[in-house]
Amino acid sequence: MAIFRAMIARKFSSATVRSLRVCVVGSGPAGFYTAEKMLKAHEGAEVDIIDRLPTPFGLVRSGVAPDHPETKIVTNQFSRVARNERCSFFGNVTLGSSISLYELRQIYNVVVLAYGAESDRVLGIPGEELNGVHSAREFVWWYNGHPDFSKLTPDLKSTDTAIVLGQGNVALDVARILLKPPTELAVTDIASHALAALKTSSIRKVYLVGRRGPVQAACTAKELREILAIKDLYVNIKETDLLTTSEEEEEMKNNRIRRRVFELLSKASSSAAPHPSSGQRELHFTFFRKPDKFLESDDRSGHVAGLQFEKTTLQGRDGSGNQIAAGTGQHEDLKCGLVLKSIGYTSIPVEDLPFNFPKGTVPNTEGRVLSSDFAKPDYGLYVCGWLKRGPTGIIATNLYDAEETVASISEDLEKGKLTSASIKPGREGLLQLLERRKVQVVTFSDWEKIDSEEKRLGSLKGKPREKLTTWKDLLEVTTK
Amino acid sequence: MSMLEAAHENDIELEGACEGSLACSTCHVIVMDVEQYNKLEDPTDEENDMLDLAFGLTETSRLGCQVIAKPELDGLRLALPAATRNFAVDGYKPKPH
Repeated sequence: MAIFRAMIARKFSSATVRSLRVCVVGSGPAGFYTAEKMLKAHEGAEVDIIDRLPTPFGLVRSGVAPDHPETKIVTNQFSRVARNERCSFFGNVTLGSSISLYELRQIYNVVVLAYGAESDRVLGIPGEELNGVHSAREFVWWYNGHPDFSKLTPDLKSTDTAIVLGQGNVALDVARILLKPPTELAVTDIASHALAALKTSSIRKVYLVGRRGPVQAACTAKELREILAIKDLYVNIKETDLLTTSEEEEEMKNNRIRRRVFELLSKASSSAAPHPSSGQRELHFTFFRKPDKFLESDDRSGHVAGLQFEKTTLQGRDGSGNQIAAGTGQHEDLKCGLVLKSIGYTSIPVEDLPFNFPKGTVPNTEGRVLSSDFAKPDYGLYVCGWLKRGPTGIIATNLYDAEETVASISEDLEKGKLTSASIKPGREGLLQLLERRKVQVVTFSDWEKIDSEEKRLGSLKGKPREKLTTWKDLLEVTTK
Repeated sequence: MSMLEAAHENDIELEGACEGSLACSTCHVIVMDVEQYNKLEDPTDEENDMLDLAFGLTETSRLGCQVIAKPELDGLRLALPAATRNFAVDGYKPKPH
């Protein structure tokens, strides 16, 4: 394989001793910030970033909404890291099938797992498997052209109402994509199959449903401001839901994020028209409703027709000080034909990796993975990002997370805790193994071919890029 | 020239993930003198939305990409927040995404 020969040639001609071989699994923000900081902290480090997709950047490419291009600018910085001569990106390499964690640890001195959270929390209530019920993650991946979900084909034509469970920024994203005029989406990098579906969508009403109240809503001001500003949108927020306790008032005094979100919701409620005009799209913020079960349609067997909710009140606080929603025994049904669950993600365990199932994360201390009895660090194995702290935070949160993990790695190296201070085969070893297994490795320059092609196709349609959305198309371009 | 650009021109490590588009808070700086802070124009809603998410936010915090150099600001002193201090401590409340 050409890459392999070039790598060997480079090794013998390089004057620098590459004494520290690092593998980062996952090329999203956690992976790239970790790689960047490792390269900076250790002159002798060589970092390989692997990803199961042929395209890098994780959720920056597949999660950030198409109408948020400024949020994707950080990929410029990540690209500079990938182009560093001590760094390589290898896509289409899957931990667990292309190579095992055990094998990676034989090949590298340090392995950092930064592969995020690619699964969903489940409600565990009846009817969750009905057609028309999707996780927000799947829906987002669908409109962002993720090759695993290009065939999701959510039905947007047989209903005028969608219910989104959750009120975080992802919930707001999916609601906004459903409600925004498709002409505005046509100039973004939204996947063309999604744009086509949204152009013929009959959805006109979206409910954003939370178990608790507006003071507890997890979204942030920018995203809320944005959805409230959609042209000609009727916004419904019940005034009675905005009544706060003195305790909540006190809490908001000390919490800028909560306070500003609450102010935006209050203003939207008071300035709203009493009812929608005919043909107007509607956004309803529904508070204090906990989903009990999905209701099946009488006409379309196996398809969702609504949700039964239990009304809640706030009672007491949990161990972290968060208010708890307690059921009141009163119920209410909401009709709909599409449900998007935006209740959080969870990570997927791999073989030979300790895993905390209730939390959905890898047990660790400051980024050092703990061995199976959760007692001592298993030196040499680290985590960063959502796999480490759970699926919360923004892109920048990973900046600080990576600082912590890299500091732990540096400390462990200094104190001689890495039992294998020996020379490891690193990149050469990885590529040899992958070649034996006939894995089609996608390098960063291969990604640049995909990138150019997407931009070229996009320019024909007035879009910043037209994403390639199937594995076949993505891999084919890299062979040209 | 913004403070973010000035930092980069002088090899000061101030992150700028979104390169000045008001889509992140990584160029967060703390104005060290209250009088100088008051001389600056008030942040817009958009800047405040990003400041909401900045680590180690203070009463005199601003985004470096939004503070533009001009003669009246001569002598302006900016501190970079000690980010990791706020990161992984007990009782840390994860920020939304």
